[in-house]
Amino acid sequence: MTNTHALAKAGEAGEAGEAGSSPPPGSDTVIDVRDLRMRYRSQDVLKGVGFTARRGEVVVLLGPNGAGKTTTIEVLEGFRMRSGGDVTVLGTDPAGGDERWRARLGIVLQSWRDHGKWRVRELLAHLGSYYAPYSTTLIQRPWDADELLAAVGLTEQAEKRIGTLSGGQRRRLDVAIGIVGRPELLFLDEPTAGLDPEARNEFHGLVRSLADENTTVLMTTHDLVEAEKLADRILILAGGRIVADGPAAELSRRASAEVTVRWTLDGRPFEEATAQPTRFVRRLFEEHGEAIGGLEVRRASLEDTYLTMVRELEAGDASGERAAHALGEGAR
Amino acid sequence: MSPVWYAARAGVRRGWTELRQTFTTGQDVFGYVLWTVLLMVPLFLNKDDPLKGAGISEGAFMLPSMLGMTLAFTGIGTTAQLLATEREDGTLLRAKAVPHGMVGHLVGKIIMVSGTAVFSMVFPFAVGVFLVDGVARQGGGALLTLVWAIPLGLLATLPIGAVIGSLASSPRTAAFLMLPMMGLFAISGIYFPISEMPEWLQTVGQVFPVYWVGLALRSALLPADAVVAEIGDSWRLLETAGALGAWTVAGLLLAPPVLRRMARRESGAAMAERHRRAMQRVG
Repeated sequence: MTNTHALAKAGEAGEAGEAGSSPPPGSDTVIDVRDLRMRYRSQDVLKGVGFTARRGEVVVLLGPNGAGKTTTIEVLEGFRMRSGGDVTVLGTDPAGGDERWRARLGIVLQSWRDHGKWRVRELLAHLGSYYAPYSTTLIQRPWDADELLAAVGLTEQAEKRIGTLSGGQRRRLDVAIGIVGRPELLFLDEPTAGLDPEARNEFHGLVRSLADENTTVLMTTHDLVEAEKLADRILILAGGRIVADGPAAELSRRASAEVTVRWTLDGRPFEEATAQPTRFVRRLFEEHGEAIGGLEVRRASLEDTYLTMVRELEAGDASGERAAHALGEGAR
Repeated sequence: MSPVWYAARAGVRRGWTELRQTFTTGQDVFGYVLWTVLLMVPLFLNKDDPLKGAGISEGAFMLPSMLGMTLAFTGIGTTAQLLATEREDGTLLRAKAVPHGMVGHLVGKIIMVSGTAVFSMVFPFAVGVFLVDGVARQGGGALLTLVWAIPLGLLATLPIGAVIGSLASSPRTAAFLMLPMMGLFAISGIYFPISEMPEWLQTVGQVFPVYWVGLALRSALLPADAVVAEIGDSWRLLETAGALGAWTVAGLLLAPPVLRRMARRESGAAMAERHRRAMQRVG
């Protein structure tokens, strides 16, 4: 760890350290989860999940299938009762959240064929109308249907029946419905599944602009590039716990304490993981000189970090759990 | 205006929108036409057979009875089917995600199903009245019966459908649960007078609302002499109101907690699981 910090520029390290520390719960805290437990048919799905999210922050929840990402989000949405722990969302316990509280949330569901007979604008305007009584002087609710359709790129489809939309168009409508009430907190469960790269890119722009307007976003995804690009902070949920919590850059940097060096010698491939690649490569050349070929020095990407951690945790490897725990500790 | 009332008004708009949609969707319109044809076949076959001592044909007896059956079948069957389908496809979860969305959904569904029921009755009536003689000729006071009997019939049947739709695990299960209803129609005095059946079957038939809705419609649409085909030679309007009223009270007591329980358990994970199972069935 020390080496990593020494390698990073001093200013950057300081900044990252600050962003990575969990903020004390205050007026700025939108989500506060402590020791969240979920037991389902005598099986512990969540074994003490804890994290916070501040206003305007984009938090990405990563984890393998079945790790409990959707369960966690549904507890926060008030759709599911938890088995234990303290949860506060927008200052309220979701288990007792009323409709006034609900009006401040946006939820993007994973849908597939509901409202097939409705027209795009018709449904957006209808669902938006439920938010009108919750308009405040600060936040005008709902979002104008036409403006919103333009923002998600569905203006041309406004009069189409929803059943005739393509998968990507449907997903964009899901997002539009999720934000039609101008939420202060937005939940996105795998929002970009099934989107083509262009639509995905547009969606990323939309999420960033929402965050710029102080909307807090909690999303799950399987796309690590997307996580790295969007997240102010990444949480990795595995084995029922948050095993890593920090800004994407910091997670990668901490992971990249180990660098993989690959080379060939006399036509045979070699690979070595090292914390000091510069010294290692210099020694390599001192020993073998011109005989070294195909040199490659590669820092672990977020994907490498993630995959290693998850693989070790899933194998039930105790050392893996320890390593993950250490990584998680490092984030604090 | 309170947010609940606001949502209820949104629900009224929702109901009208969905009614408009169903009448402009080819598949749905085909369904209404098919239903009419299915009803008209027995009507046509029996239009010249006289109903013993009643001064009308068997076909004439069937027409109002089948309209009553249509009401009950729509009230129970369509409600259950829509609810089960909309749980599976995510419509309900979407309603749950917006403030008081469930209120709007429920109000919308009541309007949608009621409208569908009335439309499903109007079409066979309009055709049938030209096929058989003596229906809807006495006019006036008798027709007033429709004004209370149709809404009361809907109130008695919709909650039953809501309960079935909430308890069914999938639209397939809901459809399966509708099968006993076919048997119920057979003993509810729809195709022939209930008085022609053994006494114990008459008793069973009179427990359920289908018989009473049919009776109310016959009293409104058939000539006064046709009463001789009924139990006790009476239209028994008070008993009709009592029986349908009892079903209404029972339904309104039972349906809200069942609906609430169903809504509470609705979640993305539950829906994803149903989605997975439904896709397995398709694939």
